[in-house]
Amino acid sequence: MSDYNFAYLDEQTKRMIRRAILKGLAIPGYQVPFASREMPMPYGWGTGGVQVTAACLTPDDTLKVIDQGADDTTNAVSIRRFFEKTAAVAVTQSTKRASVIQTRHRIPEEPLSEDQILVYQVPIPEPLRFLEPRETETRKMHALEEYGLMHVKLFEDISQHGQIATAYAYPVMVEGRYVMDPSPIPRFDNPKMEMAAIQLFGAGREQRIYAIPPYTQVVSLDFEDYPFEASKAEGACALCGADHTYLDEVIVDDDGGRMFVCSDTDYCESRRQAGHLGVEGTPYRKDAA
Amino acid sequence: MELSALSGGFDNAAHQSATAFRAIMNVTARPGVIETVSGAMPPKGLSIAAGSLLLTLCDPETKLYLAGGVDSQPIRDWLTFHTGAPLVPAAQADFALGAWEELLPLTQYAIGTDQYPDRSATLIVEMPELSQSGATLTGPGIKDSAQLSLPSLEPFQLNAALFPLGCDFFFTAGDKIAALPRTTKPESVTCM
Repeated sequence: MSDYNFAYLDEQTKRMIRRAILKGLAIPGYQVPFASREMPMPYGWGTGGVQVTAACLTPDDTLKVIDQGADDTTNAVSIRRFFEKTAAVAVTQSTKRASVIQTRHRIPEEPLSEDQILVYQVPIPEPLRFLEPRETETRKMHALEEYGLMHVKLFEDISQHGQIATAYAYPVMVEGRYVMDPSPIPRFDNPKMEMAAIQLFGAGREQRIYAIPPYTQVVSLDFEDYPFEASKAEGACALCGADHTYLDEVIVDDDGGRMFVCSDTDYCESRRQAGHLGVEGTPYRKDAA
Repeated sequence: MELSALSGGFDNAAHQSATAFRAIMNVTARPGVIETVSGAMPPKGLSIAAGSLLLTLCDPETKLYLAGGVDSQPIRDWLTFHTGAPLVPAAQADFALGAWEELLPLTQYAIGTDQYPDRSATLIVEMPELSQSGATLTGPGIKDSAQLSLPSLEPFQLNAALFPLGCDFFFTAGDKIAALPRTTKPESVTCM
Protein backbone atom coordinates (compact mmCIF):
# COMPACT_ATOMS: atom_id res chain seq x y z
CA MET A 1 0.00 0.00 0.00
CA SER A 2 1.68 3.17 -1.12
CA ASP A 3 -1.41 5.22 -1.95
CA TYR A 4 -2.79 7.95 0.25
CA ASN A 5 -6.39 7.79 1.41
CA PHE A 6 -8.55 10.11 -0.70
CA ALA A 7 -7.58 13.70 0.21
CA TYR A 8 -4.81 12.56 2.59
CA LEU A 9 -6.75 12.47 5.89
CA ASP A 10 -8.11 9.23 7.33
CA GLU A 11 -11.89 8.76 7.41
CA GLN A 12 -12.19 9.13 11.19
CA THR A 13 -10.48 12.53 11.04
CA LYS A 14 -12.64 13.66 8.14
CA ARG A 15 -15.82 12.71 10.03
CA MET A 16 -14.65 14.77 13.02
CA ILE A 17 -13.90 17.79 10.80
CA ARG A 18 -17.18 17.35 8.91
CA ARG A 19 -19.16 17.41 12.15
CA ALA A 20 -17.34 20.62 13.15
CA ILE A 21 -18.14 22.22 9.76
CA LEU A 22 -21.86 21.42 10.18
CA LYS A 23 -21.89 22.94 13.69
CA GLY A 24 -20.10 25.97 12.29
CA LEU A 25 -22.76 26.42 9.60
CA ALA A 26 -25.52 26.00 12.19
CA ILE A 27 -23.97 28.66 14.48
CA PRO A 28 -22.54 31.23 12.02
CA GLY A 29 -19.46 33.02 13.35
CA TYR A 30 -18.99 30.74 16.39
CA GLN A 31 -15.56 29.10 16.55
CA VAL A 32 -16.04 25.34 16.82
CA PRO A 33 -13.10 23.54 18.52
CA PHE A 34 -11.75 20.60 16.53
CA ALA A 35 -8.89 18.13 16.95
CA SER A 36 -6.53 19.59 14.37
CA ARG A 37 -4.07 17.08 12.94
CA GLU A 38 -0.43 17.53 12.05
CA MET A 39 -0.20 18.10 8.34
CA PRO A 40 2.84 17.67 6.11
CA MET A 41 3.44 21.44 6.13
CA PRO A 42 4.29 23.93 8.87
CA TYR A 43 1.73 25.88 10.87
CA GLY A 44 1.11 29.20 9.17
CA TRP A 45 1.11 27.61 5.73
CA GLY A 46 -2.57 26.79 5.76
CA THR A 47 -2.89 23.60 7.82
CA GLY A 48 -6.39 24.60 8.93
CA GLY A 49 -7.56 25.46 5.43
CA VAL A 50 -6.03 22.27 4.05
CA GLN A 51 -7.86 20.12 6.61
CA VAL A 52 -11.20 21.81 5.86
CA THR A 53 -10.61 21.45 2.11
CA ALA A 54 -9.66 17.78 2.56
CA ALA A 55 -12.86 17.12 4.51
CA CYS A 56 -15.21 18.71 1.98
CA LEU A 57 -13.50 17.84 -1.30
CA THR A 58 -15.23 15.30 -3.59
CA PRO A 59 -13.59 13.47 -6.52
CA ASP A 60 -15.60 15.60 -8.99
CA ASP A 61 -14.37 18.94 -7.68
CA THR A 62 -12.15 21.45 -9.42
CA LEU A 63 -9.82 23.12 -6.95
CA LYS A 64 -8.30 26.58 -7.06
CA VAL A 65 -5.82 27.81 -4.45
CA ILE A 66 -4.83 31.44 -4.03
CA ASP A 67 -2.33 33.15 -1.80
CA GLN A 68 -2.96 36.91 -1.40
CA GLY A 69 -4.97 36.69 -4.62
CA ALA A 70 -2.21 35.00 -6.64
CA ASP A 71 -2.40 31.49 -8.10
CA ASP A 72 1.33 31.20 -8.70
CA THR A 73 3.01 31.78 -5.33
CA THR A 74 4.77 29.00 -3.38
CA ASN A 75 1.98 28.42 -0.88
CA ALA A 76 -0.73 28.24 -3.54
CA VAL A 77 1.29 26.01 -5.86
CA SER A 78 2.25 23.53 -3.13
CA ILE A 79 -1.29 23.18 -1.74
CA ARG A 80 -2.68 22.72 -5.25
CA ARG A 81 -0.07 20.01 -5.95
CA PHE A 82 -0.80 18.41 -2.59
CA PHE A 83 -4.43 17.82 -3.53
CA GLU A 84 -3.58 16.85 -7.12
CA LYS A 85 -1.40 14.12 -5.64
CA THR A 86 -3.55 12.97 -2.70
CA ALA A 87 -7.08 13.47 -4.06
CA ALA A 88 -6.49 13.37 -7.83
CA VAL A 89 -8.89 16.29 -8.28
CA ALA A 90 -8.85 18.65 -11.24
CA VAL A 91 -7.19 22.00 -10.56
CA THR A 92 -7.62 25.37 -12.18
CA GLN A 93 -6.51 28.97 -11.87
CA SER A 94 -9.83 30.28 -13.11
CA THR A 95 -12.20 31.53 -10.42
CA LYS A 96 -15.25 30.77 -12.59
CA ARG A 97 -14.31 27.14 -13.24
CA ALA A 98 -13.43 26.26 -9.63
CA SER A 99 -15.93 24.50 -7.37
CA VAL A 100 -13.75 24.72 -4.24
CA ILE A 101 -11.41 27.68 -3.69
CA GLN A 102 -8.91 27.67 -0.84
CA THR A 103 -7.70 31.16 -0.10
CA ARG A 104 -5.06 32.84 1.98
CA HIS A 105 -6.10 36.40 2.80
CA ARG A 106 -8.17 37.44 -0.24
CA ILE A 107 -11.66 37.01 -1.68
CA PRO A 108 -11.57 36.71 -5.49
CA GLU A 109 -12.76 39.81 -7.39
CA GLU A 110 -15.14 37.73 -9.51
CA PRO A 111 -18.40 37.28 -7.51
CA LEU A 112 -18.79 33.67 -6.39
CA SER A 113 -21.83 31.57 -7.27
CA GLU A 114 -24.06 29.22 -5.29
CA ASP A 115 -22.13 26.19 -6.55
CA GLN A 116 -18.85 27.31 -5.02
CA ILE A 117 -17.18 26.86 -1.64
CA LEU A 118 -14.59 29.31 -0.31
CA VAL A 119 -12.17 27.92 2.30
CA TYR A 120 -10.12 30.48 4.25
CA GLN A 121 -6.80 29.85 5.96
CA VAL A 122 -6.92 31.50 9.36
CA PRO A 123 -3.91 32.27 11.58
CA ILE A 124 -5.65 33.67 14.71
CA PRO A 125 -9.40 32.92 14.71
CA GLU A 126 -10.18 34.82 17.92
CA PRO A 127 -10.92 38.49 17.12
CA LEU A 128 -10.57 39.41 20.80
CA ARG A 129 -7.23 37.62 21.31
CA PHE A 130 -4.99 40.71 21.14
CA LEU A 131 -7.31 42.53 23.53
CA GLU A 132 -7.69 39.65 25.99
CA PRO A 133 -5.11 36.84 25.85
CA ARG A 134 -6.98 34.35 28.06
CA GLU A 135 -9.15 31.84 26.19
CA THR A 136 -11.34 31.35 29.29
CA GLU A 137 -12.16 35.08 29.24
CA THR A 138 -12.73 35.50 25.50
CA ARG A 139 -15.03 32.47 25.59
CA LYS A 140 -17.07 34.16 28.33
CA MET A 141 -17.13 37.41 26.36
CA HIS A 142 -18.59 35.60 23.33
CA ALA A 143 -21.12 33.80 25.55
CA LEU A 144 -22.27 37.09 27.09
CA GLU A 145 -22.08 39.01 23.79
CA GLU A 146 -19.67 41.34 25.60
CA TYR A 147 -17.98 43.11 22.70
CA GLY A 148 -17.42 46.57 24.23
CA LEU A 149 -13.66 46.01 24.24
CA MET A 150 -13.62 45.70 20.45
CA HIS A 151 -15.44 49.00 20.06
CA VAL A 152 -12.97 50.63 22.47
CA LYS A 153 -10.15 49.35 20.26
CA LEU A 154 -11.74 50.87 17.14
CA PHE A 155 -12.40 54.09 19.08
CA GLU A 156 -8.71 54.26 20.10
CA ASP A 157 -7.82 53.92 16.41
CA ILE A 158 -9.90 57.01 15.72
CA SER A 159 -8.51 59.01 18.64
CA GLN A 160 -4.91 58.21 17.61
CA HIS A 161 -5.13 58.27 13.83
CA GLY A 162 -8.29 60.25 13.10
CA GLN A 163 -9.83 57.18 11.39
CA ILE A 164 -10.25 53.46 11.94
CA ALA A 165 -6.74 52.34 11.02
CA THR A 166 -7.44 48.59 10.99
CA ALA A 167 -6.76 47.72 7.35
CA TYR A 168 -6.99 43.92 7.42
CA ALA A 169 -8.65 41.29 9.65
CA TYR A 170 -11.30 43.96 10.22
CA PRO A 171 -13.79 42.53 12.75
CA VAL A 172 -17.32 41.68 11.60
CA MET A 173 -20.59 40.89 13.38
CA VAL A 174 -22.23 37.77 11.93
CA GLU A 175 -26.04 37.55 11.91
CA GLY A 176 -26.20 40.06 14.77
CA ARG A 177 -24.66 37.65 17.29
CA TYR A 178 -20.97 36.68 17.07
CA VAL A 179 -18.05 39.02 16.43
CA MET A 180 -15.80 37.15 14.03
CA ASP A 181 -12.32 37.52 12.58
CA PRO A 182 -12.67 37.38 8.78
CA SER A 183 -9.02 36.16 8.61
CA PRO A 184 -6.44 38.72 7.45
CA ILE A 185 -8.29 39.71 4.28
CA PRO A 186 -8.03 43.43 3.44
CA ARG A 187 -11.07 45.33 4.67
CA PHE A 188 -11.71 46.07 0.97
CA ASP A 189 -13.03 42.47 0.83
CA ASN A 190 -15.31 42.68 3.89
CA PRO A 191 -18.48 43.75 1.99
CA LYS A 192 -18.08 40.71 -0.32
CA MET A 193 -18.67 38.33 2.60
CA GLU A 194 -22.43 38.50 2.12
CA MET A 195 -22.19 36.15 -0.84
CA ALA A 196 -23.93 33.23 -2.56
CA ALA A 197 -21.17 30.72 -1.81
CA ILE A 198 -20.52 28.77 1.40
CA GLN A 199 -17.59 30.21 3.39
CA LEU A 200 -15.57 27.92 5.67
CA PHE A 201 -12.70 29.00 7.92
CA GLY A 202 -9.98 26.68 9.23
CA ALA A 203 -7.34 27.54 11.85
CA GLY A 204 -4.99 24.55 12.24
CA ARG A 205 -2.65 25.63 15.04
CA GLU A 206 -5.50 27.23 17.00
CA GLN A 207 -7.78 24.22 16.34
CA ARG A 208 -10.89 26.12 15.35
CA ILE A 209 -13.35 25.88 12.46
CA TYR A 210 -16.05 28.42 11.73
CA ALA A 211 -18.38 29.14 8.85
CA ILE A 212 -20.79 31.54 7.18
CA PRO A 213 -23.71 30.10 5.19
CA PRO A 214 -24.71 31.89 1.96
CA TYR A 215 -26.68 35.15 2.24
CA THR A 216 -25.81 35.57 5.92
CA GLN A 217 -25.68 39.06 7.36
CA VAL A 218 -22.04 40.10 7.87
CA VAL A 219 -21.60 43.65 9.21
CA SER A 220 -18.21 45.34 9.64
CA LEU A 221 -18.11 47.03 13.05
CA ASP A 222 -18.11 50.83 12.95
CA PHE A 223 -19.60 53.99 14.46
CA GLU A 224 -22.42 56.21 13.20
CA ASP A 225 -20.04 59.15 12.78
CA TYR A 226 -17.15 57.00 11.51
CA PRO A 227 -18.83 54.53 9.15
CA PHE A 228 -16.95 51.54 7.76
CA GLU A 229 -15.11 52.19 4.50
CA ALA A 230 -13.78 49.49 2.18
CA SER A 231 -10.43 51.10 1.34
CA LYS A 232 -7.82 50.33 -1.29
CA ALA A 233 -4.70 51.99 -2.70
CA GLU A 234 -5.47 55.00 -4.91
CA GLY A 235 -4.79 54.34 -8.56
CA ALA A 236 -5.32 51.74 -11.24
CA CYS A 237 -3.66 48.44 -12.09
CA ALA A 238 -0.57 49.10 -14.24
CA LEU A 239 -1.18 45.92 -16.24
CA CYS A 240 -4.95 45.83 -16.86
CA GLY A 241 -6.02 49.36 -15.94
CA ALA A 242 -8.67 48.27 -13.40
CA ASP A 243 -9.45 50.94 -10.81
CA HIS A 244 -12.06 48.91 -8.91
CA THR A 245 -9.88 46.01 -7.72
CA TYR A 246 -7.65 45.53 -4.69
CA LEU A 247 -4.09 46.55 -5.64
CA ASP A 248 -0.68 45.28 -4.56
CA GLU A 249 2.20 47.74 -4.50
CA VAL A 250 5.29 46.37 -6.24
CA ILE A 251 8.72 47.99 -5.81
CA VAL A 252 10.36 47.88 -9.22
CA ASP A 253 13.84 49.42 -8.68
CA ASP A 254 16.20 50.78 -6.01
CA ASP A 255 15.17 54.40 -6.61
CA GLY A 256 11.71 54.24 -5.06
CA GLY A 257 10.02 53.33 -8.33
CA ARG A 258 6.79 51.42 -7.83
CA MET A 259 3.73 50.18 -9.61
CA PHE A 260 0.30 48.96 -8.54
CA VAL A 261 -1.07 45.70 -9.89
CA CYS A 262 -4.23 43.68 -9.23
CA SER A 263 -3.71 41.30 -6.34
CA ASP A 264 -6.13 38.84 -8.01
CA THR A 265 -3.93 37.43 -10.80
CA ASP A 266 -6.70 35.46 -12.51
CA TYR A 267 -8.98 38.53 -12.65
CA CYS A 268 -6.15 40.69 -14.01
CA GLU A 269 -5.29 38.14 -16.70
CA SER A 270 -8.89 37.71 -17.81
CA ARG A 271 -9.21 41.50 -18.10
CA ARG A 272 -6.08 41.67 -20.25
CA GLN A 273 -7.44 38.81 -22.37
CA ALA A 274 -10.58 40.89 -22.88
CA GLY A 275 -8.42 43.71 -24.23
CA HIS A 276 -8.07 46.00 -21.19
CA LEU A 277 -4.61 47.54 -20.95
CA GLY A 278 -2.95 49.50 -18.15
CA VAL A 279 -0.23 52.15 -18.53
CA GLU A 280 2.61 49.62 -18.25
CA GLY A 281 0.83 46.59 -19.69
CA THR A 282 1.50 44.89 -22.98
CA PRO A 283 -1.27 43.34 -25.12
CA TYR A 284 -2.18 39.80 -23.96
CA ARG A 285 -0.40 36.92 -25.70
CA LYS A 286 -1.39 33.36 -24.90
CA ASP A 287 2.19 32.01 -24.97
CA ALA A 288 3.76 34.92 -23.09
CA ALA A 289 5.89 33.80 -20.18
CA MET B 1 -26.33 -10.82 15.06
CA GLU B 2 -27.72 -11.55 11.60
CA LEU B 3 -25.28 -11.74 8.70
CA SER B 4 -27.31 -9.08 6.90
CA ALA B 5 -25.98 -6.51 9.39
CA LEU B 6 -22.56 -6.86 7.78
CA SER B 7 -23.63 -5.71 4.33
CA GLY B 8 -25.09 -2.44 3.08
CA GLY B 9 -22.23 -0.14 4.08
CA PHE B 10 -20.26 2.12 1.75
CA ASP B 11 -18.19 0.04 -0.64
CA ASN B 12 -15.84 2.97 -1.27
CA ALA B 13 -16.03 4.86 2.01
CA ALA B 14 -13.67 7.69 1.08
CA HIS B 15 -15.45 8.68 -2.13
CA GLN B 16 -19.02 7.90 -1.09
CA SER B 17 -18.80 9.69 2.24
CA ALA B 18 -17.20 12.71 0.53
CA THR B 19 -20.06 12.91 -1.98
CA ALA B 20 -22.65 12.34 0.75
CA PHE B 21 -21.07 15.01 2.95
CA ARG B 22 -21.23 17.55 0.13
CA ALA B 23 -25.00 17.02 -0.08
CA ILE B 24 -25.33 17.14 3.72
CA MET B 25 -23.29 20.36 3.92
CA ASN B 26 -25.30 21.95 1.10
CA VAL B 27 -28.65 21.29 2.75
CA THR B 28 -27.33 22.56 6.12
CA ALA B 29 -25.99 25.74 4.53
CA ARG B 30 -29.19 26.24 2.47
CA PRO B 31 -32.24 25.32 4.55
CA GLY B 32 -35.16 24.35 2.34
CA VAL B 33 -32.98 22.77 -0.35
CA ILE B 34 -33.61 19.04 -0.87
CA GLU B 35 -30.72 16.90 -2.10
CA THR B 36 -30.13 13.25 -2.85
CA VAL B 37 -27.81 11.32 -0.58
CA SER B 38 -27.11 7.64 -1.13
CA GLY B 39 -24.50 4.91 -0.93
CA ALA B 40 -25.74 2.95 2.09
CA MET B 41 -28.25 0.11 1.95
CA PRO B 42 -29.57 0.06 5.53
CA PRO B 43 -31.95 -2.60 6.91
CA LYS B 44 -35.72 -2.23 6.66
CA GLY B 45 -37.10 0.62 8.74
CA LEU B 46 -34.23 3.00 7.97
CA SER B 47 -34.14 5.20 4.87
CA ILE B 48 -31.19 5.25 2.47
CA ALA B 49 -30.65 8.94 3.24
CA ALA B 50 -30.63 8.45 7.02
CA GLY B 51 -28.35 5.42 6.68
CA SER B 52 -25.90 7.29 4.45
CA LEU B 53 -25.95 10.31 6.77
CA LEU B 54 -25.16 8.14 9.80
CA LEU B 55 -22.32 6.35 7.99
CA THR B 56 -20.89 9.73 6.95
CA LEU B 57 -21.01 11.44 10.36
CA CYS B 58 -21.08 8.79 13.09
CA ASP B 59 -18.26 6.77 14.60
CA PRO B 60 -17.23 5.56 18.08
CA GLU B 61 -16.91 9.22 19.17
CA THR B 62 -20.58 10.11 18.61
CA LYS B 63 -23.33 8.99 20.94
CA LEU B 64 -26.49 7.93 19.17
CA TYR B 65 -30.08 7.68 20.41
CA LEU B 66 -32.59 5.50 18.56
CA ALA B 67 -36.18 6.57 19.20
CA GLY B 68 -39.13 4.20 19.07
CA GLY B 69 -39.55 2.21 15.87
CA VAL B 70 -35.95 2.49 14.66
CA ASP B 71 -34.72 0.95 17.92
CA SER B 72 -34.92 -2.54 16.44
CA GLN B 73 -32.32 -5.29 16.64
CA PRO B 74 -31.45 -5.28 12.88
CA ILE B 75 -30.92 -1.50 12.88
CA ARG B 76 -28.94 -1.59 16.13
CA ASP B 77 -26.71 -4.35 14.73
CA TRP B 78 -26.23 -2.59 11.40
CA LEU B 79 -25.30 0.75 12.97
CA THR B 80 -23.03 -0.87 15.54
CA PHE B 81 -21.15 -2.85 12.91
CA HIS B 82 -20.77 0.02 10.43
CA THR B 83 -20.25 3.02 12.71
CA GLY B 84 -19.39 1.72 16.19
CA ALA B 85 -21.44 4.57 17.65
CA PRO B 86 -22.46 3.87 21.28
CA LEU B 87 -26.24 3.78 21.77
CA VAL B 88 -27.36 6.03 24.63
CA PRO B 89 -30.51 7.59 26.16
CA ALA B 90 -31.83 10.79 24.56
CA ALA B 91 -30.31 13.22 27.08
CA GLN B 92 -26.74 12.12 26.28
CA ALA B 93 -27.09 11.91 22.52
CA ASP B 94 -25.02 13.75 19.90
CA PHE B 95 -27.31 12.34 17.23
CA ALA B 96 -30.89 11.16 17.61
CA LEU B 97 -32.76 9.18 14.99
CA GLY B 98 -36.45 8.41 14.62
CA ALA B 99 -39.86 9.44 13.40
CA TRP B 100 -40.99 12.92 14.49
CA GLU B 101 -43.60 11.80 17.05
CA GLU B 102 -41.19 9.34 18.60
CA LEU B 103 -38.36 11.87 18.94
CA LEU B 104 -40.52 14.25 21.02
CA PRO B 105 -40.26 16.02 23.40
CA LEU B 106 -37.39 18.18 22.16
CA THR B 107 -36.65 19.35 25.70
CA GLN B 108 -34.92 16.05 26.44
CA TYR B 109 -31.98 16.76 24.09
CA ALA B 110 -28.76 18.68 24.73
CA ILE B 111 -28.93 22.27 23.42
CA GLY B 112 -25.33 23.24 24.22
CA THR B 113 -24.10 25.72 26.78
CA ASP B 114 -23.56 29.49 26.57
CA GLN B 115 -19.83 28.95 26.18
CA TYR B 116 -20.08 25.83 24.00
CA PRO B 117 -23.28 26.07 21.91
CA ASP B 118 -21.84 23.35 19.66
CA ARG B 119 -22.35 20.72 22.38
CA SER B 120 -25.88 20.11 21.24
CA ALA B 121 -27.81 17.25 19.68
CA THR B 122 -28.53 16.82 15.98
CA LEU B 123 -31.87 15.15 15.26
CA ILE B 124 -32.43 13.01 12.18
CA VAL B 125 -36.15 12.93 11.51
CA GLU B 126 -37.42 10.12 9.28
CA MET B 127 -40.29 11.45 7.17
CA PRO B 128 -42.79 9.79 4.81
CA GLU B 129 -41.88 12.37 2.16
CA LEU B 130 -40.17 15.73 1.70
CA SER B 131 -41.33 18.63 -0.44
CA GLN B 132 -40.63 22.32 -0.84
CA SER B 133 -44.01 23.34 0.46
CA GLY B 134 -45.56 24.12 3.82
CA ALA B 135 -43.70 26.26 6.34
CA THR B 136 -41.93 29.39 5.12
CA LEU B 137 -38.28 29.59 6.16
CA THR B 138 -36.07 32.64 6.58
CA GLY B 139 -32.60 33.04 8.02
CA PRO B 140 -28.93 32.47 7.12
CA GLY B 141 -28.45 30.45 3.95
CA ILE B 142 -31.77 31.58 2.49
CA LYS B 143 -31.77 34.39 -0.06
CA ASP B 144 -35.35 35.62 0.37
CA SER B 145 -37.43 32.79 1.73
CA ALA B 146 -37.72 29.04 1.23
CA GLN B 147 -40.38 26.42 1.89
CA LEU B 148 -40.11 23.01 3.46
CA SER B 149 -42.63 20.41 4.58
CA LEU B 150 -41.90 20.43 8.32
CA PRO B 151 -43.67 17.87 10.52
CA SER B 152 -44.63 20.62 12.98
CA LEU B 153 -44.10 24.33 13.50
CA GLU B 154 -44.08 25.48 17.10
CA PRO B 155 -41.27 23.20 18.39
CA PHE B 156 -38.99 24.55 15.63
CA GLN B 157 -39.91 28.14 16.44
CA LEU B 158 -39.15 27.56 20.11
CA ASN B 159 -35.86 25.93 19.14
CA ALA B 160 -34.90 28.88 16.90
CA ALA B 161 -35.65 31.26 19.77
CA LEU B 162 -32.91 29.54 21.80
CA PHE B 163 -30.21 30.66 19.34
CA PRO B 164 -27.21 30.41 19.65
CA LEU B 165 -28.26 27.33 21.63
CA GLY B 166 -30.63 24.70 20.28
CA CYS B 167 -30.80 21.50 18.26
CA ASP B 168 -30.20 21.10 14.53
CA PHE B 169 -32.40 18.92 12.33
CA PHE B 170 -32.06 16.73 9.28
CA PHE B 171 -35.15 15.38 7.53
CA THR B 172 -34.81 12.20 5.53
CA ALA B 173 -37.22 10.37 3.21
CA GLY B 174 -36.03 7.66 0.81
CA ASP B 175 -32.79 8.99 -0.61
CA LYS B 176 -33.76 12.65 -0.07
CA ILE B 177 -32.42 14.91 2.65
CA ALA B 178 -33.14 18.43 3.89
CA ALA B 179 -32.03 20.34 6.97
CA LEU B 180 -33.18 22.93 9.45
CA PRO B 181 -30.35 24.41 11.51
CA ARG B 182 -31.19 26.38 14.66
CA THR B 183 -30.76 29.70 12.83
CA THR B 184 -33.74 29.15 10.55
CA LYS B 185 -37.00 30.85 11.52
CA PRO B 186 -40.02 28.87 10.30
CA GLU B 187 -43.46 30.46 9.95
CA SER B 188 -46.79 29.20 8.73
CA VAL B 189 -47.75 30.30 5.25
CA THR B 190 -50.00 33.34 5.52
CA CYS B 191 -53.25 33.04 3.60
CA MET B 192 -53.73 35.67 0.94
